[in-house]
This record gives sequence, C-alpha cells and structure tokens, in this order.
Amino acid sequence: MSTTILLLTLIFPLVGTLINGFWGKHLSKKVSGTIATLAIAASFVTSCLFFAYIQDGEPVKVVLFEWMKFNYFSIDFGFYFDQLAALWLMFITGIGTLIHLYSTSYMSHDENFSKFFTYLNFFVFFMLILVTGSNLAMMFIGWEGVGLCSYLLIGFWYKNQDYNNAAKKAFIMNRIGDLGFLVGIFVTGYLFHTLDFIELKEQSFLAPTLGIATMAFFIAATGKSAQLPLYTWLPDAMAGPTPVSALIHAATMVTAGIFMITRLNFLFDLTPDVQHIIAIIGAVTSLVAATIALVQNDIKKVLAYSTVSQLGLMFLALGLGAYEVAVFHVITHAFFKACLFLGSGSVIHAVGGEQDMRHMGGLKKHMKITYATFFISTLAISGFPPLSGFFSKDEILLTAFHHNTVLWVVASLASILTAFYMFRLLFLTFSNKFRGTEEQEHHLHESPSAMTMPLIILAVLAAVGGLISIPGSSWLNEFLKPVIKNSATLHHHELGTTEYLLMGLAVVGALIGLMVAYFKYIKNKQVPVNDNNVSGLQKLFANKYYLDEIYMLIIVNPLNFFGSFFKKQIDGLINGVVLSFGRVPSELSYQGKKAQNGNIGLYLFAFVIGVCGLLYYLFMCY
Amino acid sequence: MENVLQQIGIDQYIYLAILLFCIGAFGILYRRNAIVMFMSIEIMLNAANLLLVAFSTYHEDANGQVFVFFTMAVAAAEVAIGLAILVAIYRNIGSIDIDKLKKLKG
Repeated sequence: MSTTILLLTLIFPLVGTLINGFWGKHLSKKVSGTIATLAIAASFVTSCLFFAYIQDGEPVKVVLFEWMKFNYFSIDFGFYFDQLAALWLMFITGIGTLIHLYSTSYMSHDENFSKFFTYLNFFVFFMLILVTGSNLAMMFIGWEGVGLCSYLLIGFWYKNQDYNNAAKKAFIMNRIGDLGFLVGIFVTGYLFHTLDFIELKEQSFLAPTLGIATMAFFIAATGKSAQLPLYTWLPDAMAGPTPVSALIHAATMVTAGIFMITRLNFLFDLTPDVQHIIAIIGAVTSLVAATIALVQNDIKKVLAYSTVSQLGLMFLALGLGAYEVAVFHVITHAFFKACLFLGSGSVIHAVGGEQDMRHMGGLKKHMKITYATFFISTLAISGFPPLSGFFSKDEILLTAFHHNTVLWVVASLASILTAFYMFRLLFLTFSNKFRGTEEQEHHLHESPSAMTMPLIILAVLAAVGGLISIPGSSWLNEFLKPVIKNSATLHHHELGTTEYLLMGLAVVGALIGLMVAYFKYIKNKQVPVNDNNVSGLQKLFANKYYLDEIYMLIIVNPLNFFGSFFKKQIDGLINGVVLSFGRVPSELSYQGKKAQNGNIGLYLFAFVIGVCGLLYYLFMCY
Repeated sequence: MENVLQQIGIDQYIYLAILLFCIGAFGILYRRNAIVMFMSIEIMLNAANLLLVAFSTYHEDANGQVFVFFTMAVAAAEVAIGLAILVAIYRNIGSIDIDKLKKLKG
C-alpha cells in the first residue's frame, strides 16, 4: 500500500483547514463549505482504499523522521496504520463527511461560517493523528489537538458568556485527564524504554509500577471520554453548535479514550486491578448518567447524558477485557448517536433555536424524514433487535454477565433507563400537539436535503451496522484479532439457552422502558414540570447529583479562597520587600542631591580637595 | 649657548611654579569675585607653562616650548570668551559675585 495515499488521508483535512483558515473570508459560503466537505470526503475515499487493503494486508508503519532522541531511546514522528486505526479512520471520515455536509446547511446563516469549517477540518485532522500515531507521543499530539478544537467549537458562539464558560470547563476538565496521559507516557517510557506501540506490544512485561501507568492512562480516558468523576464537561459542551455535538461530543472525540485503551490492551491486560476499576467506573457512570438523563428537559442535554451513559457501557466492556466488544459499541454508537444529534439539530432548526422539549411536541406531522430517522436511531440505542444497538449492547451485557452479575445488573438497569428516556425524548418531541408559540408553529418545516441526506444515511447505518459483529460469526472480532494481544481470551460466547434468555431479558427491559414512556407521555399526555417543583429522587437527578456543586465546594471555592489569600497577604508582603529595596537608592540619592546646591565655590573646593587626594594617593601609595 | 639652568637650579623653578599654582588655587577658593577667580586660573595656567618651559630647557628639548606657545594662544582665546561671558552675566544680574549664581542646582 502506497504510503502517499495513507499520508494523504491526513493531509486532506489539513489542506481544508489551511484554505478555509487563510482565505475563508474571501470565499463564498458555498465554496467554503464545499471545500471543507470535499477535504473530508477525499480523506474518506483514501480511508476506504486502505480499509480494502487491510482486509488481508499487513499493517503499514510510516516513519517521517526521528522526532526526539534521548540517550537510551528515541521517538519517531511516525504513523501506524493497522486494523484498529482503519476502523476509526472509516467512521471518523465517513461520519465526518456526513456531518460536514449537514453543517453546510445547518450553519448557513452563521456569520463565522468559514471559521466553523476551519475548526471542524482541523478537528478531523487531529483526530486522524490521534488514531494513526505510531507511538504514545504522536497520539498525545492528536489528543491535545482534538481537545483544543473541542474547546474552540464549544465556545464557537463566543458572544454568549455561558458558552465560553462551558468551553473553559471542558478544556480544564480535559487538562486534568491530559496530565494523566503525560504521567502514563513518562512511566511507560521509563519502564520499557520505548513509546512505540509495536515495540511496546512485544516488550511489555509486568513491572511493579505498571499499574501507575495504566491507571494514569485510564484517568486520561475519563477526561476525554467523559467518565466519572470528570464527565461534567460533556453536558455543558452542548453549548456548541449541534453538528459539533454530533461529531466531537458523540461520535469521535469522546471515543478517543476507548481507542487509547484498546490500543494499549496489552498493558491493561497485565494490570487486572486497574481493569476492575475501569469496569466499575464504567458501570457506575452508565447508571448515573442514565438517571440524570431521565429528568433533563433540554433535548441536547438528554442526548449528552445518554452519550456519557453509553460511553460508560463501553468502558465496562473494556474493563472486562472485551476490547472488541467495546469497539463494536463505539461504531454502532457513532452511527445512531450522530443520527440522533443531527436529528435534534434538525428539530432545533425547525423550531427556531428552541431546545426545551416542553415547548415541542407534534413535530411528527411536519418533519417526516427527521421523525423516521430519529425513530430508527431511538430503537437502535434502546437495543431493539435487529438494529445495531441491540447487538453491541447485548454483547456488553453478555460479557458483563459472564464476569460479574452485579455489573450486569447495573448495566441492564442503565439500558432499561436508556429505553425510557430515549422514548420520552421521542414522544415529547414528536408526538401529541405542538406546545410552542403560534409563530413557531407556522415556521415548522422539514429541513433541506443537505440535512436530511446525512440523517437517512446514518439511520440506515444505525439499522444495519450491527451486522458487522453478529453473535456467533463475528466479522469484527476476526478483523481485530491482530490488534488485541490476548486474542485467546476473545469472548466467543456459545449461544446457549442462557444467552438467548439474557437477550430476551434485555429486549423485555427495553420494551418496559418503551411502555412506561408511552403510557406516561402519550396516553396521559404528561409534560415534565419545572425543575424547581420536583422533589425527592427526581430533584437529585435534576440537579445532576449536585456534582457540579460538590466540585464547586471542594475544589473551586478553596482555590478561589487561596487565590485571594495569596493575592492580599503574600503578594503584599513580597511587594513590600521588593519595594523597600527600591527605596534605599532613592533615599540615598535624595540626600546626595543636597550637595548639588549650585554654589560654585563649594564645587571648586570639592574639586581641589579631590585632585589633592588623588595626587596624594598616586604619589604616596605607589 | 650656556644653559640658564646652571645659574639658577631647576629646583627653584619648580618651587616657584608650585607657589604660583597654590596662590592660584587658594585665590579660586577664597575669592568670590569672578574676575579675580579668572585671574587665579590664569596664574595656575602660567605655573604650568613655567614648568613646561623649565623642563624643556632641562631636557634640551624644544617640544615643551612649542606647547607653551600653543597654550598661551589658547589661553588668550579662552580669556576673550570668559570675559565675554562675565560681561553677559553682569548685564543680566548686575553683579559678578559667583555666590549669586546659584540657579544651577539639583
């Protein structure tokens, strides 16, 4: 496989960034959007070529140059294209193209149109570096880059201070995780004297401090992939434009943590304790986020918490060592969640920027395509067979069941809740009568084809995406075999009675969620009340377990206190000391100034005395 | 030509020059009249000239005497300018007492 083609995959988005970044203001919106979309589409074509090649070809490693050299190891500036990277390349560029296409219409009224596409292309570029980097340092470049683009895009509508705060929150939360990544890199480099993935895979062994490295990597993943305790940035990140939420905060960037752990599966396999922590955190996150999603009224917030919850399920699978299952769910989740987000964008577009579901309803009549695609994706995420979400979620549940019943119960509960809140979202938005203003009702319309086309494609993918890994004969598991070191432990479940029973249970659970939502919101036509009027458990959920308030109390406020303390007390002290040094020469010169009294006689006297003194010194001392 | 220094030793010239220089220096320090101070400066200058001439003869080297001629020419020019300044000062403040020239201070 020609390395040029592989590198072109990376270069296309960069070229798009540069064109839109430097000349975007001089281009018309149409040209600007087309260039950006074409850049990603071109990347998608080369990704497809590579994907076809890798089916029975060898992974390709491309080293451009030696980046850093230390006395006992060096870091290459290189890329590694293997099966895992191929999967990510496919769906980043594929979904990326669809979302770019969607954005050309969704953002068409925005004044900073070309800036938006600059950032979006730049994001794809960094994401591709992240998944194709040949070592941890290269991955870190992408890791930081996508964080930056995420920050820029969350705060894209920078005139709203709340959005800026959300952007800053995302950035700072991610920085905490990034520190973990750095610690992980240092420990790995120290232990194995290499950061290269291939070499690490061959050379890694169980060192006593390896647990620190894997734990640090996991902390990095909790930051980027929005897990407890660092997930709070993701719901706030919905401040960004909806295509951004779909691309970055649902389909691609937030899966970076899962990608990284899968990439380093050989390290994590050596530290089972850390794996347990990952599984527990994943399961707990998935349940916590699902409960919060139950009572959210902002359509995008529900989807955001749903994303956190689904990511939690993926981490559960990772923690149980079922890397290929997690990857499977990443892919199916990318399809249906991108479709849901884009669908919600279409809805928001139709009702004129309204995001509160209590002011929606009855959109079924006006937006048939959006409704149909949304419905399919909702079925998929809820886990109804034979849609994609059923297969991937079911495999996670099966894996959990085989390892630990408690984790299985937690995950099952989370997926039942998923069915409930997703249908709640669907019914509140699309069923019954419209609850907004009359002006909005007149305005209701189906979105243009540039927006519905991606929706249809994604809905089809969400429906059939599960076929890549049907239980029993899984193409995906075979495909990923070379990537996962302990492929002997791959989870080939014998499809016995227990398994079918579990599948049935999962479907029944999803049905229960559906029915409850149906009776509550269609039969009884309930509309959620204001957050201030709820009580008990609901209040706890509505306030997101008070996690933001707790962080405020134990982290932000003490920091602010110390900040003001140091500013007032310590800063004053240091300032005084420094200024007093300055005052000494000033005082001396003030006194010395008095000698300059303008009396020429005195000057002459001093002059003569001085000359005499000098002469005395010269004659007597030499 | 017979050397004049054989009649009066070089020591005497040095003593005279030191005496003249000290008179000039003390004149500067004690008198407040600008013209007198000016004269004192000239006396010091001439003390230096005297030494130059004396040593020039002592070393039988004409260079010193050439210097003196230059010095005298320059001193003449300096006197012309100095006196002009004094006249200007007198016209401005009606006095040439240097204690009254105190405006140049820090």
